[in-house]
Amino acid sequence: MTEAEARAVVLAALVEIAPETEGVRLDGDVELGEQLDIDSMDFLTLMTLVSERTGIDIPERDQPKLRTLDGAVAYLAGV
Amino acid sequence: MGDFLMPSLGADMVEGRLIQWRVAPGDVVAKGDIVAVVDTSKAEIEVEIFEPGVIEELVVDPGEKVAVGAVLAHVRSTGVAATQAPAAPEPTAAEPAPPVPAAVVAAAAPAPPAEPPGAADGSGRRRVSPLARRVAAHLGVDPASCEGTGPGGAVTRADVERTAAEPATRAPAPPAMPAPSAMPAPPTMPAPSAPMPQTIEPPAVAATAGDERSIAMRRTIARLMARSKREIPHYYLGHHIDLSRALDWLKERNAPRGPAERVLPAALLLKAVALACREHPGLNGFWVDDELRPGGGVHVGVAISLRGGGLLAPAIHDADMLGVEALMAALRDLTQRARRGQLRGSEMADPTITVTSLGERGVETVYGVIHPPQVALVGFGRVTERAWAVRGMVGARPVVHATLAVDHRAADGHTGGLFLGSIDSRLQEPEAL
Amino acid sequence: MSTADRTVTLTYRDAMREAMSEAMRADERVFLIGEDVGRYGGAFGVSKGMLAEFGPERIRDAPLSESAFTGAGIGAALNGMRPIVEIMTVNFSLLALDQIVNNAATIRHMSGGQFAVPLVIRMCTGAGRQLAAQHSHSFEGWYAHIPGIKVLAPATIADARGMLAPALADPNPVLIFEHGSLYNVSGELPAEREPVDIERAAVMHAGDDVTLVAYGGLLGRVLEAAERLTGRGVSAEVIDLRVLRPLDEATVLRSISRTHRAVIVDEGWRSGSLSAELSARIAERAFYELDAPVERVCAEEVPTSYAAHLEQAAIPQADDVVAAALRTVGRDG
Repeated sequence: MTEAEARAVVLAALVEIAPETEGVRLDGDVELGEQLDIDSMDFLTLMTLVSERTGIDIPERDQPKLRTLDGAVAYLAGV
Repeated sequence: MGDFLMPSLGADMVEGRLIQWRVAPGDVVAKGDIVAVVDTSKAEIEVEIFEPGVIEELVVDPGEKVAVGAVLAHVRSTGVAATQAPAAPEPTAAEPAPPVPAAVVAAAAPAPPAEPPGAADGSGRRRVSPLARRVAAHLGVDPASCEGTGPGGAVTRADVERTAAEPATRAPAPPAMPAPSAMPAPPTMPAPSAPMPQTIEPPAVAATAGDERSIAMRRTIARLMARSKREIPHYYLGHHIDLSRALDWLKERNAPRGPAERVLPAALLLKAVALACREHPGLNGFWVDDELRPGGGVHVGVAISLRGGGLLAPAIHDADMLGVEALMAALRDLTQRARRGQLRGSEMADPTITVTSLGERGVETVYGVIHPPQVALVGFGRVTERAWAVRGMVGARPVVHATLAVDHRAADGHTGGLFLGSIDSRLQEPEAL
Repeated sequence: MSTADRTVTLTYRDAMREAMSEAMRADERVFLIGEDVGRYGGAFGVSKGMLAEFGPERIRDAPLSESAFTGAGIGAALNGMRPIVEIMTVNFSLLALDQIVNNAATIRHMSGGQFAVPLVIRMCTGAGRQLAAQHSHSFEGWYAHIPGIKVLAPATIADARGMLAPALADPNPVLIFEHGSLYNVSGELPAEREPVDIERAAVMHAGDDVTLVAYGGLLGRVLEAAERLTGRGVSAEVIDLRVLRPLDEATVLRSISRTHRAVIVDEGWRSGSLSAELSARIAERAFYELDAPVERVCAEEVPTSYAAHLEQAAIPQADDVVAAALRTVGRDG
């Protein structure tokens, strides 16, 4: 998966989880939780959606690596 | 003839606006069917009907605001002679016969229904254990769709929970998205045009949280909380709970599982509270007319904050009876629907106690305000690592500060202390939750 | 080593004897009456040696009439004594049924509470020792049908030693059923006597997947079944009922509300049995907890055979319990 594809998957999932965040500008290296008021349930939903749509298994111990947009893209593209 | 009335969707509701009908005259409705959407000024709520029958007349038009108890529709009980031919009943999984006009059904000899998968005898009736049937109703799963692994191929609770955990049956993915299993490496994934979008695309469906809604919800919360602090003599207790066993157990449990099957600590906390409620029924109920009315079952209200501001606390029904997996599935489902404004009436009206969790980004302690007419509210702060002494040794442990607000009219401090103690001891045996 | 840590090894028989001797030393109103309890030391040797210590006034050999000596016990109880009546085996108690059911169980009620019958009746019950059709019954379920009496089934050495004292202290008639196969079983107990209750059932083995309910002589087999189930990946909880009347249904229902499956093991015949009563209560009170039909493992409905292999084939075995438990979890065994 290319970085562009990974980024598209993550952003699409974020829209579904937090529809009201339309138009929010994201910093790639700041935790998504801080920027979008994402709680642990939302984050788990994000992991679920991303894992389902990419087919990439994300073990729980790896989850912290996906807390920022850049981190998530790097993880998904690097697998 | 029966009437379908504007329901009371919470102690604070005096009137509601009908937003939408989900049924039309002539429709056959079964107990639990969603028939209308009502705006309570806190949220748009899907309202169920509790008497089976046929919708005869819709009395209130969408957009109208009426008082609680006003007639919304006339419903004819099933079995009473029809004044007009009812629509053919929906075929269900258990009766796969094609829909035919009612008159034909009455005249023709009933055709034997095809044997559903997994039926153990020739009766055609699917074997479902009483527990599985109950859990299925809570999770919104059709037991007929589950593979039965119990005695004689019967559907068990585990079968229902497994089906509920399959994402497809709960929340279908948007049609534009490729099915996850079909596409490990999606070739049709739209490649975004350069420069890389760092801005989230507008959603296909417009966000619902308008200014009017926020103002109305704020007023409702204001009225309810003012009533609580005016009427309820709160007392507060707090207790630090070592979560190392619970979190270790969860970590081990989650390790081999994908994100869809993982359980969050919140589910363990809720289950511990639900079991403590069963042990101490004096905190699980309502203060009405100068006396405690015990809740019929443990229906734990979960405080869910909405991103646009505001708060809802819908119920997980019979939370004490649900396994941790089922509870987690219910919590996911409830959180998603609360944020999409798709809660059901019974979920809003039923909580017998409320739990508020600050989660990982909150502070250490929350002192809650009781939701009248409930008599208790449990608060969990953020889990923090702390120095914790056990048998003279100090070590770092994950600790949560659990608080309890209780209506002192309904129960005394001793009961509250035992209640928090019970939550603590249950969290020390996570495998028993 | 302090006294609290010291232990003794006792047989079930020794424990019962110790309990009786202790009671007689503590309270001069206590005496034992029954067939051959004196010079012979009891048909099962439970009262061996007691005649020497307590004398013929308090260890009384009775003529071969269960109705007469049970009636004598009732009369003595009414007049302030604390009799222990020993009936050799449960089938002989049928000869005293009128005394037990019509007198002992009713007098407090019929006298408007003026007269109590603080009587303890001990008897041997159960099959498995090649005593054939007339001495192998399990009629404790019949007695558990009768209001006005309490019915105990000590299954452990601790209960054999501990249940008699609270039974004697009870102002109403108490029947103690001792399974014949247990007398030679030995076990270690704290030397210091610990009080036991005669109210509650006990969880003897914790588990999550299925609740096995048993009492008396079959508890050992059921615990063995639980161990074997562990080996097959099924976690079984074992409950010893201990008290057959009044039934501690709360403990049973609490367990089933966790495991959602139940197997009831009863050496009585299935029809109209204690297992039937328990099964009905589970259906009444825990229907929506059940994830599988309740299973029962009972004796075959035949008169008990003398031949050892036929007798063993007719009474519940650990294999039967394992198979029933596996059925509840949807496995064929």
